[in-house]
Amino acid sequence: MRLCYVHRVIEDDHPVSLLEVRGLAKSFGSAKALTGVDLDVRAGEVHCVLGQNGAGKSTLIKTLSGAHQPDAGEIRWNGESVTIADPVAALELGIATMYQELDVVDGLTIAENIFLGHELARGGVMNRREAAQRTRELMKRLGHPDLSPSREVGTLSPANQQLVSMARALSHDIKLMVMDEPSAVLDSGEVDNLFRVIKELTNQGIAVIYISHRLEEIDRIGDRISVLKDGASQASNLPVKGTSTRELISLMTGTDMEHAFPEHVPVPDDAPVVLEVEGLSLGKHFSDVSLSVRAGEIVGLAGLVGSGRSEILETIYGHRKATAGTVRVNGKELKPGAVTHAVGSQMGLSPEERKSQGLLLEEPIYRNATLSTFARFAKGWLLDEPAERRATEEQMKALELRPAEPDRITRTLSGGNQQKVMLARWLIHGTKVLLLDEPTRGVDVGARMEIYRLIRRLASEGTAILIVSSEIDEVLGLADRVNVIADGRVLDERPAHDIDEHGVLDLIMKGSAA
Amino acid sequence: MSEPTSSPATSADSTRASAVGKTNPMKQFFASPAGRSIGLVIALLLLVAVGAITAGENFMNIDNFFVIVRYASVIGVIAIGMTFVITAGGIDLSVGSVLGLASVVASVGAVQTAAEGFWPLMVFVSIAVGVLAGLTNGLIIAYGKVVAFIATLAMLVGARGLAELISGRSTQVVNNDGFLDFFRAELLGIDWVVWIFVLVSIAGWFLFNRTTFGRRTVAIGGNATAARLAGVNVKRHTVYLYMIAGACAGIAATMLLSRTTAGTSTHGQLLELDVIAAVVVGGTLLIGGRGTIGGTVLGVMLFAVLVNVFTQNNLSSSWQLVAKGVIIVVAVMLQQRLANREASSSG
Ligand SMILES: Nc1ncnc2c1ncn2[C@@H]1O[C@H](COP(=O)(O)OP(=O)(O)OP(=O)(O)O)[C@@H](O)[C@H]1O
Ligand SMILES: [Mg+2]
Repeated sequence: MRLCYVHRVIEDDHPVSLLEVRGLAKSFGSAKALTGVDLDVRAGEVHCVLGQNGAGKSTLIKTLSGAHQPDAGEIRWNGESVTIADPVAALELGIATMYQELDVVDGLTIAENIFLGHELARGGVMNRREAAQRTRELMKRLGHPDLSPSREVGTLSPANQQLVSMARALSHDIKLMVMDEPSAVLDSGEVDNLFRVIKELTNQGIAVIYISHRLEEIDRIGDRISVLKDGASQASNLPVKGTSTRELISLMTGTDMEHAFPEHVPVPDDAPVVLEVEGLSLGKHFSDVSLSVRAGEIVGLAGLVGSGRSEILETIYGHRKATAGTVRVNGKELKPGAVTHAVGSQMGLSPEERKSQGLLLEEPIYRNATLSTFARFAKGWLLDEPAERRATEEQMKALELRPAEPDRITRTLSGGNQQKVMLARWLIHGTKVLLLDEPTRGVDVGARMEIYRLIRRLASEGTAILIVSSEIDEVLGLADRVNVIADGRVLDERPAHDIDEHGVLDLIMKGSAA
Repeated sequence: MSEPTSSPATSADSTRASAVGKTNPMKQFFASPAGRSIGLVIALLLLVAVGAITAGENFMNIDNFFVIVRYASVIGVIAIGMTFVITAGGIDLSVGSVLGLASVVASVGAVQTAAEGFWPLMVFVSIAVGVLAGLTNGLIIAYGKVVAFIATLAMLVGARGLAELISGRSTQVVNNDGFLDFFRAELLGIDWVVWIFVLVSIAGWFLFNRTTFGRRTVAIGGNATAARLAGVNVKRHTVYLYMIAGACAGIAATMLLSRTTAGTSTHGQLLELDVIAAVVVGGTLLIGGRGTIGGTVLGVMLFAVLVNVFTQNNLSSSWQLVAKGVIIVVAVMLQQRLANREASSSG
């Protein structure tokens, strides 16, 4: 086990837990999200909740935050049975929640977001100066004194928006902080900062419920673990020390699985170059990016959040209009800023923000899966929905997308399964060039392995793949070649097996300093 | 609306059937698109009952029925076009003005004289004016990046002014006999005006639910960025949508010309509000992403019957407006109730 933090010893003479959950159940119509969950959380501990996509983690915490009402079961707070009627009631008890989906208001400033709903006001007049002052203190405590209280939240990166969400939670007097996949939008430096904040909270006796699919984080930060599977507790309150990753995976998935990247297949020397990018620039975001991907090759872009990785993908794809440079697919130059042209040239993009950029949340799964191909299934103008459903079902099986109902409304899927819908879209499309931006964000271990295998399989079938991920080990494990990016420039380009995570971080440090 | 009812029994259909079997079928039905329209049908029947009780014979006769349907037809045709625009997350405030402009252009002396022997030219000119106005709207919105509300508000003002200039603020009497005779004729005992509404509704329903065009429309309204990244040409589609709305306004203009036998720059004033109200009451979401042609037709009928009931009872038109306002609020509140229940119980 890698221990980066000294664990606080938890006195076992603590007789009552802060929070006790017994037999919690919750259904949505016919869908049973929770069928019997038990959980104990003690003051000052980091309690990790693990489980596959759709296991019910988010539903569990939404019943704790008052967003959902449980159908059965008991919640005890400081030994007393309580009903958490709504989010306000949860905050009054001292439970603050950071949801999996960012819940900040884009048009408001940082300070306004933090004090939304409990504005500092006297007689209806907002006290802006005090709000700004307290916001500054909170941001300092969170390690980002550089963020001005009057900055509009819509202009922040997802990582910084999350800080705002955390600051809002801390602006209340809380005893329990619930975090649903907070690290999904963070890079390694920001994760370190997050852990520092968590450590500070627990030192003050505040308990933290921590949800993540990155198992290595559990080792670093967790005290105890509870595992959910199909809505029920599979194991409750296991100590982190003495529970192996292997054990956890088998508790979560019910199978023994190797946590490893699939075998690399060497790209033949005569494989043609499919994607060629030359001198691509986009204003102040990045400049003079050149790279190429051959058929069957996986090329990774490694860099920190905000280094311009996503912008590079979006510009190659034409979602943003390049200010200079060219993109060629199979030798044919793409029109800058024309997504339709890119898609027509068999290019596909799975965007970073699947909710705001990828999915029609209120539409059935199959319409999302065929969003770029429904016209191909159609006979002339006439839609062929049965054919669309069949194609979707096929991919649902291949991706183990659950539940396998093509007509289910996409919003009701768990986060990881929504990601699979995005992949299904491009699998049905059959792309020659696939741009993947954070393809495993919010995806559970089991599905992650499936997605890795899938990406490999696509490559071995001749697809050229360009991949961006905040998890450097993921880029290194999957890619044949890596481009290290910092401040919108390509610092280095080399075979993935020639460099390790530290090497990449070193390059970035030196590159940014230069 | 969009659920195929007669598709062959695929495996997808059978899984859906079993899913339905698990939950309360009543609840399932009311949450379905068809079920949501049931509320409108019930409201419509209630209103008819009120009409029958208060106005008796005057209301419940076949002639009055046609008065209602004829009134509904003009608004209805525009509402079909508007359903597409609103479903895609847009709005077209200019339809009333465009109708006025089209009626004026189609009825000015020059067109009528030229069309003397060939009256379809009048119809063509009217629709062409609508399409051109829609094209202008669409280009300004999609490529000029002006929000739809502002762009079509400008067209609302501009088209009305243009109509006044062309007509010199005088009424253009329609004296083209071929045109008038055609629209006065009936088919199977039903006016041509009403047939046009029926045909436009059917075509609209088909386009909305069965074609790639309809799918793109819903996709853009649901999430324009996602649609764009999936390869949908959002800009071009947006232009088409406003052209459809304009074309519908042009068609409605010819219908109104035949009914009033005159084109004037005041035709269609405030019509956009009636149209938008009917579409929204019908169940199309103003924020886009969900629309229903059947609901729009019911919404149009609901307001048409309401107007008629008030007129039959010699109630002031002011009370009519109050009643319309109440209906809009109640209908939208009910829809939200249903939508929320669906959200928390969908399976
Ligand atoms: N509003 C809803 N309506 C219907 N079903 C829902 C709804 N919300 C969640 N579900 C279902 O409940 C189950 C649990 O979902 P939940 O979001 O809690 O999973 P999760 O463990 O948080 O997954 P992930 O790791 O992907 O975030 C899933 O099968 C999901 O489809
Ligand atoms: Mg979740």
